[in-house]
Amino acid sequence: MNEQKDLSFAEGLKDAVPIALGYLSVSFGFGIMAVQAGIPLWAAVLISLSNVTSAGQVAGVTIISAAGGYFEMALTQFIINLRYSLMSLSLTQKLDKTFKTPARLGFSFCITDEIFAVSSGKGGHITKKYLSGLMALPYFTWSLGTFLGAFAGEILPEAVKNALGMAIYGMFIAIIVPPLKKNKGVAAVVITSVALSCLFAYVPFLKNVSGGFVIIICGIIASLAGALLFPIKEKEDEET
Amino acid sequence: MNTTTLLLYIGVMAGVTYLIRMLPMLVFRKKIKSRFVKSFLFYVPYAVLGAMTIPAVFSAAGSMGASLTGFVIAVVAALLNGSLTVVALLASFAAYIASWLIPLF
Repeated sequence: MNEQKDLSFAEGLKDAVPIALGYLSVSFGFGIMAVQAGIPLWAAVLISLSNVTSAGQVAGVTIISAAGGYFEMALTQFIINLRYSLMSLSLTQKLDKTFKTPARLGFSFCITDEIFAVSSGKGGHITKKYLSGLMALPYFTWSLGTFLGAFAGEILPEAVKNALGMAIYGMFIAIIVPPLKKNKGVAAVVITSVALSCLFAYVPFLKNVSGGFVIIICGIIASLAGALLFPIKEKEDEET
Repeated sequence: MNTTTLLLYIGVMAGVTYLIRMLPMLVFRKKIKSRFVKSFLFYVPYAVLGAMTIPAVFSAAGSMGASLTGFVIAVVAALLNGSLTVVALLASFAAYIASWLIPLF
């Protein structure tokens, strides 16, 4: 193989454009959702600036608006975002030698599903410059979109706001459905989890369990069942 | 809700999320070997997103009719491999149209 040129900042920015556009629309939906849940604009933006994760933020807002406990919040974030551990771990194999402790402390802050996916798909080693470009643009649009959504949430007509409340769920569906089509294990896990979550939403007594715990319980039971009944083949975790 | 409470919530969220991302990158230098743990971690995002989406999505757009319409359109668009942005926007657009059309019948 030929010696590869080091990946540049510009290359990172270029690869970041589709991620950034996606984040803009989805975080717009998050901003609207947050304001509708009673979160002030500044707090919605601060959540996006400090968390940079869609599912965790939505769950977080749900817990805040229900005045849930701090332990519930910590546990929920832990379970929902646990997948990032695997991504971080996997990414350590891709980083070039210049990543010392300070760089690791900094860059790990912005590992998302999409940034992980793009950087894993890149051949060779990842440079600091490349990763900076790949993270900077999506980080910016994630916060900008949240601001615009939260701002618009205060001025847009009710009908438009309601409709835009669908955006974030649309994104979740777009993440779930394609692997669900191809992979029996994913299909089984999603069906189990959805069935459990419906039980918690409609069955008396179970209805009283608060939102964060429902997500944890459904997530753990369905993933354990999946891991037991449909253990993944080698390499599969890197493809999706 | 007062500012201190909000900041505490956000601090907990951000702190936990950061530690999850940072610790493996800092501490572990080897790959996970256990197939069971890898499988579990592989399935977690789908399980979590599934539970967060259903049934919450059925009331996401105000009325049930509009929400259902948006949900169905999102699933169809996702089955056709629409990108995250396209699916999100189509779902919202469908819910918006439905919220105007449904009361007419």
